[in-house]
Amino acid sequence: MGGYGGYVWGGYGVTFALLAIEVFLLSKRKRETKT
Amino acid sequence: MTAQSIRWFWYASPQAFFPLAGRIARICAVLAGIFALAGLYVGLFVAPTDAQQGEVYRIIFIHVPAAWMSMFIYVVMAFWSAVGFAMQTRLSAMMARALAPTGALFTFIALWTGSLWGKPTWGTWWVWDARLTSELILLFLYFGFMALQAAIDDRRRADRAGALLAIVGVVNIPIIYFSVQWWNTLHQGASVSLSRAPSMAATMFTGMILMALAFWMYSIAVAMVRVRCEIVETP
Repeated sequence: MGGYGGYVWGGYGVTFALLAIEVFLLSKRKRETKT
Repeated sequence: MTAQSIRWFWYASPQAFFPLAGRIARICAVLAGIFALAGLYVGLFVAPTDAQQGEVYRIIFIHVPAAWMSMFIYVVMAFWSAVGFAMQTRLSAMMARALAPTGALFTFIALWTGSLWGKPTWGTWWVWDARLTSELILLFLYFGFMALQAAIDDRRRADRAGALLAIVGVVNIPIIYFSVQWWNTLHQGASVSLSRAPSMAATMFTGMILMALAFWMYSIAVAMVRVRCEIVETP
């Protein structure tokens, strides 16, 4: 990434980690509500 | 009244909408995955290195679609809030509640990736200019909407209070969008405009649009699953 890896992967990593956390929390809620 | 309009009213019932929401969620989740893989491939492997910014510009494939979604979701949330406020439809308020967390998430992602892009290009993580500040206010509006909903026990009162905040707060959306034209800001102008051809390379533009479609499909899928939970949980 031409010396910018920390910035680029920091952006992509946090983004997909947050989306994964949202999906996980929603799946948990879904299981608890038995939908 | 046509048969088509009757069908719309039919789906305004939470119980009737419940199975449809499940089908929409499944389709959109698959499409989100396909668009994300295609967008990441184009953005990281096909799109050329930017002549001025080098590789750091690749944050654009996350930053711009996330910023678009942060504004778009708020407008849709305000729309459903207004419908619920005016017509007392329970599903509208549920839709607004289901959208808020994902809207807040994309707003945070837009701010986070913007900050990571700003440091190497502007020399600073943050500046209190009109675009960044109005986007931060959008995050607070989402938080305010969710906090208001959580703070009021009576569901109908909570929905009305949240709807008022969402409707008033929608004035912030044109402020975010036009801030780069109305004020002198460090932030660059709009990446894409309906009135002119894209100024970036075709592959860069394609990657950005694919990621925007991925985030759009993801948002619909997540909102549909959440609205199903809302339907079950609401007494």
